[in-house]
Amino acid sequence: MSQIAGRKSGLVWAVHLSAFALVLLWVIPTLGLLVSSFRTGDQIVGSGWWEAVGTQVQQLPAVRLGGDEVARDGVFVIEGQLFAAGAEVSAWGTSSVAPEAYAPGAVADLDGGVTLTVAVDGGYVLSSPSTMADLRMPRVFATAATPPEFTFENYGTVIASPLAGQSIGQAFLNTLTVAIPATIIPILVAAFAAYALAWMEFPGRALLVAFVVGLLVVPLQLALIPLLQFHNWIGIGKGYLGIWLAHTGFGLPLAIYLLRNYMIGLPRDIIENARVDGATDFQIFTRIVLPLSFPALASFAIFQFLWTWNDLLVALVFLGTGNDQQVLTGNLVNLMGSRGGDWEILSASAFVSILVPLVVFFSLQRFLVRGLLAGSVK
Amino acid sequence: MHPALQALVVVAVAVGGCIAYFLLSNLILDKVLFPARGANAGRNTNRANLIRPWLFLFPALAFLGLYLAYPVVATAWMSLQRDNSFVGFENYRLMFAEPKFGESFFNNILWLVVVPAASTAFGLLAAQLTDRIAWGNIAKSLIFMPMAISFVGASVIWKLVYEARPAGTDQIGLLNALYVWVTGADPVQWLQLPLWNNLFLMVVLIWIQSGFAMVILAAALRGIPEETVEAAVLDGAGPFQIFFRIKVPQIAGTIVVVWTTITITVLKVFDIVLAMTNGQWETQVLANYMYDKFFRAVDWGMGSAAAMIIMALVTPILVWNVWNARREMR
Repeated sequence: MSQIAGRKSGLVWAVHLSAFALVLLWVIPTLGLLVSSFRTGDQIVGSGWWEAVGTQVQQLPAVRLGGDEVARDGVFVIEGQLFAAGAEVSAWGTSSVAPEAYAPGAVADLDGGVTLTVAVDGGYVLSSPSTMADLRMPRVFATAATPPEFTFENYGTVIASPLAGQSIGQAFLNTLTVAIPATIIPILVAAFAAYALAWMEFPGRALLVAFVVGLLVVPLQLALIPLLQFHNWIGIGKGYLGIWLAHTGFGLPLAIYLLRNYMIGLPRDIIENARVDGATDFQIFTRIVLPLSFPALASFAIFQFLWTWNDLLVALVFLGTGNDQQVLTGNLVNLMGSRGGDWEILSASAFVSILVPLVVFFSLQRFLVRGLLAGSVK
Repeated sequence: MHPALQALVVVAVAVGGCIAYFLLSNLILDKVLFPARGANAGRNTNRANLIRPWLFLFPALAFLGLYLAYPVVATAWMSLQRDNSFVGFENYRLMFAEPKFGESFFNNILWLVVVPAASTAFGLLAAQLTDRIAWGNIAKSLIFMPMAISFVGASVIWKLVYEARPAGTDQIGLLNALYVWVTGADPVQWLQLPLWNNLFLMVVLIWIQSGFAMVILAAALRGIPEETVEAAVLDGAGPFQIFFRIKVPQIAGTIVVVWTTITITVLKVFDIVLAMTNGQWETQVLANYMYDKFFRAVDWGMGSAAAMIIMALVTPILVWNVWNARREMR
């Protein structure tokens, strides 16, 4: 018996540990970008984000010495600082071949009796028996440990002073402009249709439900060119009106399907009683069915909002590419193309764009889960 | 007018318009066309009730017809045309002859095999592991979280994981850091490694979709009757036997639903490839190939043909879904 109990607790430990490992595996990529978005560009390329809290030992860019020389006790001296305070020199050198030739405090003999010493704090002293006015100044390569540095500057940069045509603040507003009507309109249209498909008797109802189920999986890729032609033909071309209509069309099958499934589960008695009492379908719908369907409406609203906020393809096709119509995802793709190595810009921009969906996700997760279950489990 | 302001106006107009449409159309039907009074009161009520469902359905059907059904037909028709004249299957012939299409098709098949299987497997694993532990809900939340992140955002996140710095310098990409640390070899440009790079792109989608699979499968696991598991325990079944022999067969239906849902998503994958490699280094997929044809080569005939290939791949699932829905309604 005790043996079984021992095996059991071993299994429990295994479950906890593997669950933890799985969660870690899923969180780490996002965490990496989040940490990176608070580091300076130099720090990001200097060491992995997992070393962000440690001091960073890296070779600093070469510094050409310079400054006014002072005559002191018969020697000419130039003093100065290699870098601003904060870092600690661990090694230095005077040529790119041997950048770590000297320890801090050591004295290097350069040609012509010139000596150079670099202290731990980056202060250097260059001294010479004769004037150095005509001398070509030496370069110093220093390897220094810089303390960790966290900053909000990246966010400030991407929000306040972006590149031309890359304004993320504007893109944020544009995305919101796309997402809100594209979330609300399909709900309105779908709710009425879902009620009819759930609670009204008419010939062809089953066929229509099958039609909606079929359209659920039609790839929207097929719709791009015909709809663009249609929009040009009716004169709205590329723009917000077009994308609102497109998102409405693409979101409708899921909306109708989810809402119908939910409405059909409402208690039959309530609706029959209302009918007997002389309520019209319109009254039943607005007074009884709609309020009771709130959870399903919320589920779909979250889906549609996340989907329209995160969408790239529909925005690329139905919106213009100008700054006043570029959405966050489009902006981010452009950044990846043009500034793929500037991780401080990329990571901050990415986080600005995923912030709203994450907030929606964590605050309304309950509805999202319920919607998913209603939408696919049979 | 500023677009944001315009959006608010549109919302107001749409809400008002919708309500006005339903209110007015019902009113006209009841009061003007078929008033429920006078000599024909009974007949009129019946007639009004015959028409009313279509009033409710009309806006939705108009949208569905115009924005989804019509484009399928139009795209099919366009795929048979070249320079505004009917050419039969010429576009398909041209497309099949292109090596880039073969590459896209092959890659798409690879995606279809790997992503749904891996996502479902990870989802099932996560669902089972988090089922009975105290912090299971937090774990679920965190694994589910990528669902909220856009494909483009996820691409940025994973691009940092795959980042390669020159050999000898500190690696800032997690994968290369581990690789260099373990093997001591030079860092690798993962996204430029043919065949394997497909896998690295797939990881992004697996990372996103596993949470979806987990949520649905977790609910299905909860729905398994306790007696079946208890009976198995009494019969001396081990934990793995219980999982594979008792639980999995009981949620097989749900597993199929999850699998097909992810398959549909995979067929439409576009953003990830566009953002991470743009189809270079042999990573092209059908949806991105189609986008290239439509909007870069401006070849609508071949673009439509490529879209029809995606449609053809979706069709079996469409038929299966419709068949299931019909069966349930009976």
